[in-house]
Amino acid sequence: MLASAAMSAGQTTTAATGAAARDGYFGEFGGRFVAETLVLALEELTRAMHDIVLQPDFQREWRELLASYVGRPTPLTEAKRLARAIDPSGAFLARLFLKREDLCHTGAHKINNAIGQTLLAKKLGKTRIIAETGAGQHGVATATACALFDLPCVVYMGEEDVARQAPNVGRMRLLGAEVVPVASGSRTLKDAMNEALRDWVTNVRTTHYCIGSAAGPHPYPELVASLQRVIGDEARVQILERTGRLPDAAIACVGGGSNAIGLFRGFLADESVALYGVEAAGHGVSSGKHAATLTAGRIGVLHGARSYVLCNDDGQIEEAHSISAGLDYPGVGPEHSHLKDTGRATYISATDDEALAAVSQVARLEGILTALETAHPFAKLGVIAAELAGKRGRPVDLLMCSSGRGDKDLETLLRRLPLGSGR
Amino acid sequence: MSARIDTTLAKLRAEKRKALVAYLCIGDPSVDESVDLAVACAEAGADILELGTPFSDPSADGPAIARASSRALTKGGGLAATLAAAKKIRARTEVPLVLFGYANPIFVRGDERTIDDAADAGIDALLVVDLPLEEGAALRRRAGERNLAVVPLLAPTSSEGRAAQVQAAGKIAPVGFVYYVSVAGVTGAAKAPLAEASERAGALRAATSLPVIIGFGIATPDDARAAATKADGVVVGTALVKIVEEETTAEARRAGVTALVRSLRAALDRC
Repeated sequence: MLASAAMSAGQTTTAATGAAARDGYFGEFGGRFVAETLVLALEELTRAMHDIVLQPDFQREWRELLASYVGRPTPLTEAKRLARAIDPSGAFLARLFLKREDLCHTGAHKINNAIGQTLLAKKLGKTRIIAETGAGQHGVATATACALFDLPCVVYMGEEDVARQAPNVGRMRLLGAEVVPVASGSRTLKDAMNEALRDWVTNVRTTHYCIGSAAGPHPYPELVASLQRVIGDEARVQILERTGRLPDAAIACVGGGSNAIGLFRGFLADESVALYGVEAAGHGVSSGKHAATLTAGRIGVLHGARSYVLCNDDGQIEEAHSISAGLDYPGVGPEHSHLKDTGRATYISATDDEALAAVSQVARLEGILTALETAHPFAKLGVIAAELAGKRGRPVDLLMCSSGRGDKDLETLLRRLPLGSGR
Repeated sequence: MSARIDTTLAKLRAEKRKALVAYLCIGDPSVDESVDLAVACAEAGADILELGTPFSDPSADGPAIARASSRALTKGGGLAATLAAAKKIRARTEVPLVLFGYANPIFVRGDERTIDDAADAGIDALLVVDLPLEEGAALRRRAGERNLAVVPLLAPTSSEGRAAQVQAAGKIAPVGFVYYVSVAGVTGAAKAPLAEASERAGALRAATSLPVIIGFGIATPDDARAAATKADGVVVGTALVKIVEEETTAEARRAGVTALVRSLRAALDRC
């Protein structure tokens, strides 16, 4: 039954557009471009997503953990000093709210998904968890969930990221996870994901692959989005309580795009809420050393999904560059590609230098040491507010996902930022 | 043209012989030398050649082929170079050629253009490791129009209904043969259960009436014989790629590859 349905779906055009396209597709993006060995496991995971994850029993158990263990709901903080620094007169930026995912246990939104997937793996009888990680936040979150659920955990991490995110490597090891440095390719997130796929194809019968971003083959983009949407759902309720109306825009950083899709899912149906994703422009998009996949990439296939990718004319994936390990990825989740092409969301980018300056500014004005990933949207709040206020003819309210905290980046920050001696 | 594969496999079957498929990573150690090595494989007794297209992110390959792929990319390897190499190989041998690779280079080049270029280069089939049946319809349609085969893979984890889906896909474009992956894993897997894989290949062959060739984990003449018992043939890749990696001169590489292909040929002919 399932097989024949899949087959007839396979014969529809891959250029289909519209949200109601093939199962596993967002418009023309997504799909399941994997080795045959993994197809059955992905079909089983898809069934489990519908029959377990989205059912009330699982949701109750998972949300209880989010409350008692992760610390949800995370607060909504109004960033008044930062708003006035960006726009002293209040001519274009009225109010700025931060959805404080940085206050989650383990320091970022990644734990929402890791707890959900690990709980699912336990229910599916899997006896081992693997994950890839870039900045190490997803690795730490998965290692944490595995400690909680008593499952062995192996985390693949590019050698370059192992070096630049050393505190997170230590945290994962303290939590009992095995961290495997990956020396191939660019030695960053994409190579960690290749290595995790190799492990999974070898151990697929016993192992759950806990993908950390809203990327990868179907059903991962949908599974991760359905877990991370807790961010957007909470934020929507909170901002309505606080201001009595919806924000003018919801903003987040986009590497693979899990915190962004989690935030966006809460507001997709609210046409008045503009959606902005901020990618990493590295040394600048025109320098070629960047990770701005949606801004400067082309449509291709990477890590199991059709989406925008950074690649050359021969189809070879190019190395991304960003000071932020979590955004240093030459692909992006397929739903973001769809949101870009349909115009529902707007994607812009911030450079390494802009992100560093934002870390400094946010720390001094709001007392929040933000992650380098999260610094990218912080750096673009002024641009977004000015553009949107221009269109709407009034100062706007912005909601930004403060996706993670910057403790893991201390070494980079101390090396790159001048330290003030008081005010 | 897929007919070249059909004729080759039918002839082997009539002679009660097993097919030997040789995989090389095109561009390692250089595109020109890969052409010579491919021809050497054919002359030493390979029935079909798989031209491995190097890809930056070969996530279905083990370390040996991943390293070869990465070396090849630094030597100008890639899809365009593999197509050009195929043309040169075709000028020197009539052995069937399978373009073996990943979806992104083909997708970026375009399904139509890739199929047309492959057909013009004298390639007979495509095998795309990360393009399962559900995602391959567009490529299959174009391949069917140009009489190229698109080889489907089946694995120990494939579901029951998968064989029927392979047959359905064969109505859009010829399949050439079914590539049965002996073990859940990546290429070069050390411990493939080859006798068991051979049994499953035999069952698939009976169920589909299609030729079934086994790959993954076949390195030695004994491996080849064990796998080929109930199948139509075997693929040897990593073992050849390792010879290319380890030998330090072109002569030694050619001699090493030739010797392995000959010994595999001899073992299969004793099946």
